[in-house]
Amino acid sequence: MTSVVTSHEDGHHGPAKGLMRWVLTTNHKDIGTMYLWFSFTMLLIGGAMALIIRAELFEPGMQLIEPEFFNQMTTMHGLIMVFGAIMPAFVGLANWLVPMMVGAPDMALPRMNNLSFWILPFAFGMLILTLFSEAGAPNFGWTFYAPLSTTYAPSSVTFFIFGVHLMGISSIMGAINIIATILNMRAPGMTLMKMPLFVWTWLITAYLLIAVMPVLAGVVTMMLMDIHFGTSFFNAAGGGDPVLFQHVFWFFGHPEVYIMILPAFGIVSQIIPTFARKPLFGYASMVYATASIAFLSFIVWAHHMFTVGLPLATELFFMYATMLIAIPTGVKVFNWVSTMFRGSMTFETPMLFALAFVVLFTIGGFSGLMLAIAPADFQYHDTYFVVAHFHYVLVPGALFAIIAGVYYWIPKWCGNYYNETLGKWHFWLSFIGVNITFFPMHFVGLAGMPRRIPDYALQFADFNAVASVGAFIFGFSQLLFLYIVITTIRGNNKASAEVWEGAEGLEWTLESPAPYHSFSEPPEVK
Amino acid sequence: MISRTGLRLSSVITAMFVSQSAAAEWGLNMPQGVTEVSQSIYDLHMLIFWICVWIGVLVFGVMFYSIYKHRKSKGAEPSKFHESLTLELLWTAIPTLILILMAIPATSTLVKMYDASDAQIDIKITGYQWKWEYDYLGEDVRFFSNLATSKDEIYNKQEKGENYLLEVDREMVIPTGVKVRFLLTAADVIHAWWVPEFAVKKDAIPGYVNEMWVNVPVGKEGIYRGQCAELCGVDHGFMPVVVRAVSQDDYRAWLAEQVAAKAAEAAAALGDFSHEELMTKGAEVYASRCAACHGQNGEGMGTVFPALKDSAVALGDVQKHIDVVLNGTPGTAMQAFAAQLNDVELAAVVTFERNAWGNDTGDTVTPKQIIDARNQ
Amino acid sequence: MQAQSSVVKSSLRLTLAAVLMFGFGFAMVPLYDIFCEITGLNGKVQQSVITTDMQVDRSRLVKVQLIAANNAEMPWRFTSLQDEVELHPGDWKQVGFWAANVTDNYMVSQSVPSITPARAAQYIEKRECFCFQQQPLEAGESKQMNLVFTISPDMPDDIHTVSMVYTLFDASAYSEANKLVARVD
Repeated sequence: MTSVVTSHEDGHHGPAKGLMRWVLTTNHKDIGTMYLWFSFTMLLIGGAMALIIRAELFEPGMQLIEPEFFNQMTTMHGLIMVFGAIMPAFVGLANWLVPMMVGAPDMALPRMNNLSFWILPFAFGMLILTLFSEAGAPNFGWTFYAPLSTTYAPSSVTFFIFGVHLMGISSIMGAINIIATILNMRAPGMTLMKMPLFVWTWLITAYLLIAVMPVLAGVVTMMLMDIHFGTSFFNAAGGGDPVLFQHVFWFFGHPEVYIMILPAFGIVSQIIPTFARKPLFGYASMVYATASIAFLSFIVWAHHMFTVGLPLATELFFMYATMLIAIPTGVKVFNWVSTMFRGSMTFETPMLFALAFVVLFTIGGFSGLMLAIAPADFQYHDTYFVVAHFHYVLVPGALFAIIAGVYYWIPKWCGNYYNETLGKWHFWLSFIGVNITFFPMHFVGLAGMPRRIPDYALQFADFNAVASVGAFIFGFSQLLFLYIVITTIRGNNKASAEVWEGAEGLEWTLESPAPYHSFSEPPEVK
Repeated sequence: MISRTGLRLSSVITAMFVSQSAAAEWGLNMPQGVTEVSQSIYDLHMLIFWICVWIGVLVFGVMFYSIYKHRKSKGAEPSKFHESLTLELLWTAIPTLILILMAIPATSTLVKMYDASDAQIDIKITGYQWKWEYDYLGEDVRFFSNLATSKDEIYNKQEKGENYLLEVDREMVIPTGVKVRFLLTAADVIHAWWVPEFAVKKDAIPGYVNEMWVNVPVGKEGIYRGQCAELCGVDHGFMPVVVRAVSQDDYRAWLAEQVAAKAAEAAAALGDFSHEELMTKGAEVYASRCAACHGQNGEGMGTVFPALKDSAVALGDVQKHIDVVLNGTPGTAMQAFAAQLNDVELAAVVTFERNAWGNDTGDTVTPKQIIDARNQ
Repeated sequence: MQAQSSVVKSSLRLTLAAVLMFGFGFAMVPLYDIFCEITGLNGKVQQSVITTDMQVDRSRLVKVQLIAANNAEMPWRFTSLQDEVELHPGDWKQVGFWAANVTDNYMVSQSVPSITPARAAQYIEKRECFCFQQQPLEAGESKQMNLVFTISPDMPDDIHTVSMVYTLFDASAYSEANKLVARVD
């Protein structure tokens, strides 16, 4: 792909040649590309782990792997997908698009941009290598509750902690860069309330990252000190408290959930107006709704802990606060639907993924509302109902939005249209696969199947088999995506500057493919 | 393997097309349960579910109407509207009202669940890796409850029974028509005790006690099954919860039986046992209690769980071996079994470990030696 | 150049915010303890400084269950000498627990108290408790450990039973001699 992109260089400001171009690059497009390829690689690795899990769960009994390895798989699948696939993909999209959308030549801090990307392969390389160590990979779940992750952890936990520190630093640097770019590099006339929603949602996401990634770093540092330096933050024997771990973790963890969905809201808010050929309904309310969701994310963390034994008043507070989130989220869905209403719609692949996002994310939102009801949560908690819920918001939610974004902007990135027929195939296979995989999980969860178990009672067998079939359909459809992206990069179905008929925004005023440096002269913003 | 998988696939595909009544047998929904609390939780669940369904029908209805009607291929001309304060206010206010309507029954149910006062029976539940201990407070009844499903069933060498993975060697017994309070804690990592039919689930946390309660109505006697719900290590999927609810008379009889059985056990320990008897019993105890960590054939597992075959403990001093099994080894994963096994079982398992897999010490450890070690 | 200096300014500000939030993560430790004290969460009880006697409420009796529990890594024998006691709120009561170190090594224990119902915790006053300090025992040694406590008459009268559970942990690694960093409690 190096050769392909370099073939587009025109004139004076072209990139350097060879491998060193990628190692040393400070160009926002190069770095964005690397982020996206990195996250796709992680998606395939994490996906392979998911398929190992689903293969073992295809029928009752232990067939393919041992419980110990199963726990390593669930843990690594979660960590890799959250920190390796979804988050870097959004950062990659931000790198590519934020400078083009605000009319800047590049990111504000190009050298730091390079560093924040190149930390990631090392962080994840280290994490994945623990699989081959004698003690095995981390096996305590991606939520790594103490004391399972401290007193009772395998020795690889230290590498895990170091890996989390590295990816945290990478995210924080990425977030600083994005905020600095948005606040300082906007073209004259691009006021905050004129920014595209993708830029707005990322601005808010970046603030969330800066607020909570250090807390994650704090909690793993406390673990490290407990394990190696004789402190007892989480060990009752020395005066600590394992429940404290959960409070600190979820203080990070809940905003983290929104870090993984707010940029997706931004992408969908760009795509729907384009293909409805109608301006986004309620732009200002979209911005306010995003900000309210971000604010609320700081005061709802204990809804992950309803069964921990919180006092009644605390439980009620977190239940009410969590229910409130439904309001701004609802506003967003209503706005998207109103944007479509009386538009003039066409259904190219990005639009299909965006529409699936609206429907399936909303289903995930409904189950989220059900989980918010504390008394009912005593039945849902730690079952497959929860697994179904967060996979609905993360897979047909965050991941579909990312895929929609790639289809939407790839003609701008490499100057070629993708193959629309194959794109539609990819959509329908993914859409069907995702629902076959995750919808039955609602049923087994309600019927009483706990999450994170390698084997299950006989009454859960049928739906688990269905889910496993769906997982393989969904997993292998993503290879089609890889094929489509590669053929698009190599293709010669030239795209116009505007690319899409109804597209609005500064990025569409640049030629396709976008020049190596976006806006050397600030554009005029009307 | 292949044919079994193929069979499963075809049964799944047929099942996907069969009638709704078959689907109901699959267990699609939350159980209504048998208690007042589980019923109110179920009602709450269904209420929110239907509210979500209707909102979904409305919102997706408008969306699919637009998708159908307002498409370019049908010649739809886009309108230009993009704002309406009235609409925005409306769809902020209406959901708020719906949420308030949901919060009212949710709050009252939660208050009810939190009121564990004035229970007539208290049972302390302790979670261990990977079993439960039930201690009837004020009674001399205290025992462990382990998974009863055999390894052969789990590893597909034997037909799986009806209650595969949901069966234990000794179940908790509670009376109906009485408020029973559970005091829940854990001895190592965090576990969660859950019986869906009671809608009782809470985390068991080391050094921390949670309370919850159940009142099974008279007439609902029966066996209720659940599982550990919080990831607690390698055998998290293999620590079920089984509760048998019986009439109050049966409960009193059961309690008396437990006390008598314990006395009988103590008396039996003073009797004589042959080497063969101890080896047979020891093999059973080993398979159910030790093999998960030390391996089916004493080969150990990884770096944490040492092999027993040819090990210094199993071939060395008998007293030291007894001491390790009774009291565990601090700072390692080796637990103390003093409270978990009775004297005969302990004697048998130590004998077994000293004579199995080529550990040919020829030693016979008697229950009396265990009693002496306990009183030491 | 104007733009460049403002980029530097906002980056520095954001870095500072990140560092402060790292500190906030650690600040959650004492904040959590305060939260526990206010709500009674975790059954953590203040060490009593009250020495004056309170008004004894003779109109009601509260049942207090005393329960001993062992952490899995703690091989000591540990039992309560009274399964339950009854007292009038305001009356001081002394109860005993018995611990025996059955191992061949000197060990140090720490008892961790927990109280249910959690909302009763804030009304328990302790004048003396073996849980206030670590308790060492030589190999084979045993001893009685005492708890002197009362319940404040302010406790709501719908609470009739209080369970006080003490879990014994092996704290040898955290004994005063071994302690590297002490958590302030």
